[in-house]
Amino acid sequence: MTKESPTLLDVQDLHVSVEGKEILKGLTLAVKAGEVHAIMGPNGSGKSTLSFCLMGHPKYQVTSGRILYKGEDIMALSPDERAKKGIFLAFQYPTAIPGVTIINFLRAALRGVRGAEVPVKEFRQTVKAQLKALGVPDAFMNRYVNDGFSGGEKKRLEILQMAVLAPSLAVLDETDSGLDIDALKTVAAGINMQRSPSRGILLITHYQRLLNYIKPDFVHVMVDGRVVRSGGAELALELESKGYEGFRPAIEPVEAEKS
Amino acid sequence: MTTKPQVNINDDYEKLYGFHVEEKSVFKAEPGLDAEKVKQISGMKEEPAWMLKNRLRAFEHFERKPMPVWANTELLNSIKFDSIFYYLKSTEKKGETWEDVPSEIKETFDRLGIPEAERKFLAGVSAQYESETVYHSMREDLTKQGVIFLDMDTALKEQPEIVRRYFGTVIPSGDNKFAALNTSVWSGGSFIYVPKGVKVEMPLQAYFRINAKNMGQFERTLIIADEGAQVTYIEGCTAPTYSSDSLHSAVVELIAMPHAKIRYVTIQNWSKNVYNLVTKRAVAHEDATVEWLDGNLGSKLTMKYPGVYLMGRGARGEVLSVAFAGSDQHQDAGAKMIHAAPDTHSVITSKSISKGTGRTTYRGLVKVYPGAVNSKSTVRCDALLLNEESRSDTYPTMEIDEKRVQIGHEATVSKIGDEQLFYAMSRGLKEVEAMNMIVNGFIEPFVKELPLEYAVELNRLVQLEMEGAVG
Repeated sequence: MTKESPTLLDVQDLHVSVEGKEILKGLTLAVKAGEVHAIMGPNGSGKSTLSFCLMGHPKYQVTSGRILYKGEDIMALSPDERAKKGIFLAFQYPTAIPGVTIINFLRAALRGVRGAEVPVKEFRQTVKAQLKALGVPDAFMNRYVNDGFSGGEKKRLEILQMAVLAPSLAVLDETDSGLDIDALKTVAAGINMQRSPSRGILLITHYQRLLNYIKPDFVHVMVDGRVVRSGGAELALELESKGYEGFRPAIEPVEAEKS
Repeated sequence: MTTKPQVNINDDYEKLYGFHVEEKSVFKAEPGLDAEKVKQISGMKEEPAWMLKNRLRAFEHFERKPMPVWANTELLNSIKFDSIFYYLKSTEKKGETWEDVPSEIKETFDRLGIPEAERKFLAGVSAQYESETVYHSMREDLTKQGVIFLDMDTALKEQPEIVRRYFGTVIPSGDNKFAALNTSVWSGGSFIYVPKGVKVEMPLQAYFRINAKNMGQFERTLIIADEGAQVTYIEGCTAPTYSSDSLHSAVVELIAMPHAKIRYVTIQNWSKNVYNLVTKRAVAHEDATVEWLDGNLGSKLTMKYPGVYLMGRGARGEVLSVAFAGSDQHQDAGAKMIHAAPDTHSVITSKSISKGTGRTTYRGLVKVYPGAVNSKSTVRCDALLLNEESRSDTYPTMEIDEKRVQIGHEATVSKIGDEQLFYAMSRGLKEVEAMNMIVNGFIEPFVKELPLEYAVELNRLVQLEMEGAVG
């Protein structure tokens, strides 16, 4: 949070299209090491597009603007290359990979991001410690990745992966969605444990309630593919009372659902 | 353009299995088949009269029966029966130690890793080369317990009564054209009898190798597990790659007496010039269990539908199969479950992967006879297509003549999803590693049932490589 903290992510006037339709329309955002940023916005505002785009999903075409990570243009990099550089995305809807155990998946992932084999003993210790912290039983590791998981289990697995892979920049896409209050608290505690002076976190969320448990340093309101306002944690509360409508005077109402 | 990762199944087949050694024979019948040839084979083997009669009757069935008009008729009708060698004996000796086996044959099995596997984890091994078994051994403690494990020709000589009693009772000679062919010219294969209550802990294995061109291999296997007995049998097979076709047509009969359990594992990895047309069937009596684990990687065309006749109350049958069809391969495989007694239970799980122009077909039958109350059957077929031109078809047949039953069927066809790939890649896996992981995950339900050594082998056969970049 200090001025000397290096900028991890620097998104400049980003325009992104999906299948010919422009979703992000000039988004600008900077995240420094040690900071937690929340991006809030109604459905259809482009929040998930931003997260997929940062991770390098091939379906999302950057038409103009830049994404710099630690000062380097990463737009030509594949998702695995971005992961190696320390970027992590916790998915809103994690994908099942039947037949692949979490333990094997995690080992392959850690080998991938490190670019080297991880000693078995060290790997076990790392995983065990994180499982304990997240309150997940060891047997969880022998289940198949997201296969038949409840919403809460899926989100816990995302946080577990983040903890094991230890990225510099973590993008958490609607990590609170589909969770009951107890699961939300557990997941939020897991995320809080991952806060560190060397790590930047981008929380993407529809609702304010996650921010009751994770206090952001900055809040950005995103409407129709742009950041329309930025502020401190208090902005989230303002949003809670006003709703998104108050932030889009020039924009026709969309099908934003309210809880 | 980007580099395209590709799943490679059996990519190093040539190096590992596709080799051949010089053909040597002490007797080789002329190609083609007639009744004289059938008599000649039986005469060479000095068989009892009943077996010759049985062979000749089967030969009539073979001649009379039409080719199947389903599966892949184009390939079936291109089999050149007149160019096939129906009987080839490579050596006079059958070894009980590998030192007794002629050196070029021993070398072949060494390269295939059979003696090594035997030392490590097998209770008994039978190795067949062309038409005859060339090596056979079983651990002494099993002999002491009364377990009989012989090649079928020796069994006919040494255990004539039990062979005569059961031979052809599960699969009659006229069952289908290829069962009839096998019954008329059979040679080699395994005979196993496990006495009451004996549990054979380690697997018995047979390995079938074709070396000669245009060869026909027709082994015959009969396994009987007496009351409460248990046995696992594993068979593997490979052949050299030739431009002309070979024919493998086996008949396998299993009999599980009350409370017995038989597990039959196949890793079929014939070269792409082999027709693999096999009839496999089991009878499960009261509370008995029969499991077929059937892996089909090789061959030009495979037609194989292992079946279990659930004849006694509480009998269980399971078929768990995985098929890989690369370009120019058609795996037409499936299962048959016949519920003929109350409280019987069957599970069919079929996993198939098609690559390039490869084609997989699931063809299955679940039949429940009247009175087989409280029968349960679950069928699940999953197909994975790796390329646009890959093909997969499912033909599940259900004939349910009893109302008080539970029958389930589920089928899926999928491609490796972009979202699965993206998810795995976002965790740091290269595209090729991600695909590899997804494919291996798909076949995991099969692989995890295999003995470890075979699981490793199978995972190695299904690999990925980067195809050269274009552009």
